[in-house]
Amino acid sequence: MADAGVLLEVEDLQVHFPLRGSFGARLVGKDVGAVQAVDGVSFSVARGEVLGIVGESGSGKTTLGRALLRLVDPTGGSIRLEGEDVLGLREREVRAMRRKVQMVFQDPHASLNPAMTIETAVGHPLRIHGITRDRADIRSRVSAVLERVGLSPPDQYLGKYPSDLSGGQKQRAVLARAVILSPSLLVADEPVSMLDMSVRAKILELMLGLKNDLDLTYVYITHDLATAKFFCDRVAIMYLGRIVEIGATDEIFANPRHPYTQSLLRAIPDPDPSRSIPRDLPRGEVPDAAEPPLGCRFHPRCPKAFAPCGWEARDLHDMLEQRWAVGGQELFEAERLQLGDLVGLDQPGSRATVPSATGTGADVATLLDHIREDDSRERIWYGIESITPRPGGAVIEFHRGHDPVLRPEGGAEVACHLYNPELADPPEQAPPA
Amino acid sequence: MSATAPVLDVRDLRVWYGSARGAVRAVDGVSLQIRAGEVLGLVGESGCGKSTLGRGVMGLLPDGSAVDGQVLFQDTDLLKVSDRQLRRMRGPDIALIFQEPMTRLNPLMRIEDHFSETITAHEPKLSKAEVRRRSLEALGGMGIPPTRFRNYPHEFSGGMRQRIMIALALVLRPRLVIADEPTTALDVLVEAQILSILADLKRNFDTALLLITHNLGIVAEACDRVAVMYAGRIAEEGDARTVFSQPAHPYTRELLRSVISLNTTGLHYIPGAPPSLIDPPAACKFHPRCPDAMRVCALLAPVEQRLSAGQRVECWLHGPGDRIPEGGREPLEQEQIAVAEEA
Repeated sequence: MADAGVLLEVEDLQVHFPLRGSFGARLVGKDVGAVQAVDGVSFSVARGEVLGIVGESGSGKTTLGRALLRLVDPTGGSIRLEGEDVLGLREREVRAMRRKVQMVFQDPHASLNPAMTIETAVGHPLRIHGITRDRADIRSRVSAVLERVGLSPPDQYLGKYPSDLSGGQKQRAVLARAVILSPSLLVADEPVSMLDMSVRAKILELMLGLKNDLDLTYVYITHDLATAKFFCDRVAIMYLGRIVEIGATDEIFANPRHPYTQSLLRAIPDPDPSRSIPRDLPRGEVPDAAEPPLGCRFHPRCPKAFAPCGWEARDLHDMLEQRWAVGGQELFEAERLQLGDLVGLDQPGSRATVPSATGTGADVATLLDHIREDDSRERIWYGIESITPRPGGAVIEFHRGHDPVLRPEGGAEVACHLYNPELADPPEQAPPA
Repeated sequence: MSATAPVLDVRDLRVWYGSARGAVRAVDGVSLQIRAGEVLGLVGESGCGKSTLGRGVMGLLPDGSAVDGQVLFQDTDLLKVSDRQLRRMRGPDIALIFQEPMTRLNPLMRIEDHFSETITAHEPKLSKAEVRRRSLEALGGMGIPPTRFRNYPHEFSGGMRQRIMIALALVLRPRLVIADEPTTALDVLVEAQILSILADLKRNFDTALLLITHNLGIVAEACDRVAVMYAGRIAEEGDARTVFSQPAHPYTRELLRSVISLNTTGLHYIPGAPPSLIDPPAACKFHPRCPDAMRVCALLAPVEQRLSAGQRVECWLHGPGDRIPEGGREPLEQEQIAVAEEA
């Protein structure tokens, strides 16, 4: 083991779920692609630390958490727990590994078997892992752990069924079941997001207490930046299967560097009436992870994107649709009629042909120039190298895109070209005239 | 009707549900008003009657419920009109935006058909071109491109579906919109987009909006006034900024303190859980959980008081002094609430 303080080491982890495709595609063995749920994620967790994995839905945070327990099988990379290679374990050994790693799921109502009493459910791990089969022993161990999670007096809860408990009480029972084997790592996937706001604080307080008493290490998966800020020592911000920024919580929240982190922080509604949500937030939503954007995966929504971020044909299509959505029916009909079939723009690629309805590429080039004049601050114009009229349509060449990688930057690591001196200089390339 | 008359005037609304263990008094004497161009936020913990109140106003209560009081929409009592007339009013007069956009659109109908059905149901004489024009205008306002007009619901993401729901609710330009947790299922960036759309609504169309949410941050962000609900009653109501900066009711104050925000440095929570609405505590329903409870709070139901800051509040801390019996201001000796007594 390289460092005695490191509990968990994840390197270049990759979880891709293959798409099934049509019967014909399978027959000829055509590759229909894969959903890139987690795509090259590396981090380590020190003993006693709380690492937050923060992201929106579709960021791959839940898949990442499940992969740590081998609840899904990664398609690449490595996971080392206390120096042991988790991905190389055989099925039988995986079970032994799970004595050390436990998970708490989001929905407490679905995490407990409705036909099991709390005593049976919380004591189940003891039987599964062959620790003891002695009833009196199980009862005394379960009682002790129920007492620890606040379900006291335990006698009152041992014989109850999950349906007798409130959401918060169920999550306490789930935590009791997770810690009864004294694991070293607890992966908690949104443990408080389904609970009422007045209960969230109590469960987080309980988790902090358990961590101190039992020397636990947490991986805390959440979409909620506010609880992450309070609860975590370090946070990793995920977007579409990749970590875009990682570092000490204080540093990330005081000086967010990635434009995505900055947007997330500014978008949180705050009960402080003196603050209000800014209007220049990223538009749109998280794209399809089966065909992620080229280059930086955040670039189509990024308010600071520039030339090397990976501009492509699909961005041009999105820009046109957005323009028509807000521009009204007349604008839409006038401009749409000048263009041919835009389906060709839906393939990833740094070169695209915008077909003309009349067959003259010059018309399309003129239209695009006109659109640029309308709103030259639109980020896509930073990414277009040239527009050339050709017979049948205009050929668009985009700047060459680069995949950003995590680079150290002032106490954190961030994957953004704005902080890469080779690409960001000059930092603001003006849109070509 | 004068310009300042409220669009919606709810007077002493009561809603009961039948249950195996007795009558559930989900809304127990609620009065509130919303004017044109005003956003009223309705907040509280789960199970305090927020959604029932919204449904009671719309006449969408399930069988086995009973309603009493008045729901005046522009001087018409919605509790008295026929089902048929109420159905005619839903859409052009009052619209409801639900929590789950995934389940509210018909998966077998194109977006275009959702709109033409909605519009022609209320205005059957409109030409096809006019229906299309109005639909595209409503969709465009929500940022849905016209090229997607003939798509099916499954071809849209969650945030887009919620925006389509809002566009559908607004295409008939209703005077009153009731939005029940409209952003709860959405990510924070999409939530912010929807909130700014709702803010534009009242600015551009003078719509009155009742926004039901458990997220106090959203209320501070989007609402002019806020009503805090507890156990079927309005505990406090007033200007959103005033209520949040100087909460008058201990429940409002404790609720605000228990929110985990970016400024949170210590955890705080309200002990216990909201009471059963079948058999709620006597007198002030919050007294068993209230850190400021006095003897009078367990004896007499509080009386609504108007404060100088403009709030109305039901709490004995604000009097009236002449109705508090002697010794009533002494602190109440409360029973210990167990740690795990929670929602």
